[in-house]
Amino acid sequence: MRRLITNIGEWFDERLQLAAPIREVAEHPVPKSTASWWYVFGSAALVVFLLQLITGIMLALIYVPSASEAWNSLQSLNHDVALGWFIRALHGWGSNFMVAIVLIHMVQVFLFGAFKFPRELTWVVGIFLLLMTLGMAFTGQVLRFDQDAYWGLGIGASISSRVPLLGPATVKLMLGGPIIAGATLSRFFALHVFVIPGLLIAFVGLHLLMVIKLGINEWPMPGRLVKKATYENEYHKLTMKDGAPFVPYAIWKDLFFAAFILLAVAACAAYFGPFGPSGQPDPTIIQTAPRPDYFFLWLYAVLSFLPPSMETPALLIGPVIIIGALLLLPFLSGEGEKSWRRRPIAVLTISLVAVMLATFTHLAGYTPWSPEMNAWSGEPIPAKFLQHTTALERQGALVFQVKQCHNCHALDGKGGQRGPALDSVALQLTQDQLIRQVIQGGGNMPAYGKNLSPAETTALVAFLKTLHPAGLAPARDASRSLALGESEENSSAVGHSNQP
Amino acid sequence: MSTDNTLSRRGLFMKAGILFNGLAAMVLAVPIVRFLLSSVTRGRANRYLSWVSLGSVSQFPEGETRLATFRNPYVTPTDGKTADTACWVRRLAGDQFQIFAINCAHLGCPVRWFPQSSLFMCPCHGGAYYQDGSRASGPPERGLFEYPYKVQDGLVTIQAGELPTPGSPTAALLGKKPPCAA
Repeated sequence: MRRLITNIGEWFDERLQLAAPIREVAEHPVPKSTASWWYVFGSAALVVFLLQLITGIMLALIYVPSASEAWNSLQSLNHDVALGWFIRALHGWGSNFMVAIVLIHMVQVFLFGAFKFPRELTWVVGIFLLLMTLGMAFTGQVLRFDQDAYWGLGIGASISSRVPLLGPATVKLMLGGPIIAGATLSRFFALHVFVIPGLLIAFVGLHLLMVIKLGINEWPMPGRLVKKATYENEYHKLTMKDGAPFVPYAIWKDLFFAAFILLAVAACAAYFGPFGPSGQPDPTIIQTAPRPDYFFLWLYAVLSFLPPSMETPALLIGPVIIIGALLLLPFLSGEGEKSWRRRPIAVLTISLVAVMLATFTHLAGYTPWSPEMNAWSGEPIPAKFLQHTTALERQGALVFQVKQCHNCHALDGKGGQRGPALDSVALQLTQDQLIRQVIQGGGNMPAYGKNLSPAETTALVAFLKTLHPAGLAPARDASRSLALGESEENSSAVGHSNQP
Repeated sequence: MSTDNTLSRRGLFMKAGILFNGLAAMVLAVPIVRFLLSSVTRGRANRYLSWVSLGSVSQFPEGETRLATFRNPYVTPTDGKTADTACWVRRLAGDQFQIFAINCAHLGCPVRWFPQSSLFMCPCHGGAYYQDGSRASGPPERGLFEYPYKVQDGLVTIQAGELPTPGSPTAALLGKKPPCAA
């Protein structure tokens, strides 16, 4: 039996001639120091990519890339087809894991100086792989054709329309027509299923080929500098003197980590289930608050904080600078120190970027910049703000609710966070300042002058004046009583009678 | 086999073959590129735009702002519900209207109308607009997009057909005073 298998194997290899090159690749010597748990992220990304290919093909068996049918076919995947929900969940969680692992891989490569000579091109190809991974993430989110996908496309169109001169043409090219509709989904399907995966496979192949041809980056030792003249010789000596065959010396860690990641994806898929789809992609349903998937949440947050005048330049120039810097990195810093222990700026850059991304992502989780649309009707003013108040002040509290002030201003931590919380506003603004702020707005607050009657303003300001901690007196303008020629007590009558 | 620089017969054939393939590629590239850009070239000179009815004037009470929906004038068979579009109709008085696109002028999210505070608010990044569509606060650089409109035979019709985006040429058109408001 064994002899038969050997014979069959030999018959094939005589014709394929593959055994020798495969053995050569598998047994190529790597520096022993690289058989490390830090070197497993690249192979893990590859394994998750393979999982995405397989689950993607499974989904394509059922999914209908038509704007009128896509949402229904996702519903049938979730509810009718046996284990359809699980395949969708695997694909969705796989994409999250893939973005995360690709980023970790990139950070590791950056901190270990692996982008330096002679691996500059490997890094450049890796940057393209990162961009394609993000492209897959965005197009994949579009294929989950729900409200988030629809309005996400609107955001994409609004951003690309700002490109000078070519903007409108770019939008039509992206949407495949004048609006987000059938042609849009079809072309994002083609991108997600044919174009980007094809490029990804080609570039992954190139990336791996270079890793094998140039050798895996050795563990960086502080003080061991890269010089173009001597590096290749030194690396060769290192693999000869202190090397071991990749299989099995180093690969077992890759295998364990890959299996662990696959099980982690499966566990998340089984426990949390698939992503969406949320509501139907019907643009006439406007009671929706679209949000991107988690890897674009930071961008969503950035877009709400940029001042209007900065936004278009930042959106158009920012990506060019970031991608340009990433592509140029190995050419600007192709030699010298590899170890992160001697590259404080590299470590600082990574820490800063990580903290920035984490902060923006966290903020996007509760969108403090957005009015809370239902606070005025669904979030009553806490009773403690209404105890021991006059009828006028309570009337003001009503104005506060009815005019949707609560949508942007929180009381006792409840309500919108677009504007400042008003729990102690009376300490900060005097009566006149409150009136001015309400009527004229400013500081990112709309002016309510046209929309409030004098009586409503009076009541509202009377209520706002009660908002201060017990025992602390509200802010007052010391010159007011002098200027008005009245006593302090009388000046509490608010509003439009304040002309002397 | 000659090894000097003179062009051999086979070498000439190979070069001619490459040239021939280049010619074939060009012949094929023209229709392929034109196909690829068809959604752009078709949209030149606002050919996607046409007049659509939002319903009779009486549906829109004076002094109020109401949501209206219309089917996009340019549709393809697979569009489904995505060709349905919403807009905000503000009737000032008589035949005087302001018809706002649903899309925030910042990044296109659907703005909601709050009659109590007379504000349009956007759920995405917190843009807000006054009842006349002008910018009140938040990240938008401009007011809401307005559709040109006509009132004919008791029907409100608007010129629509393209997704309003900050950079589109129709956005400039959409900001103008309606032709019949004078």
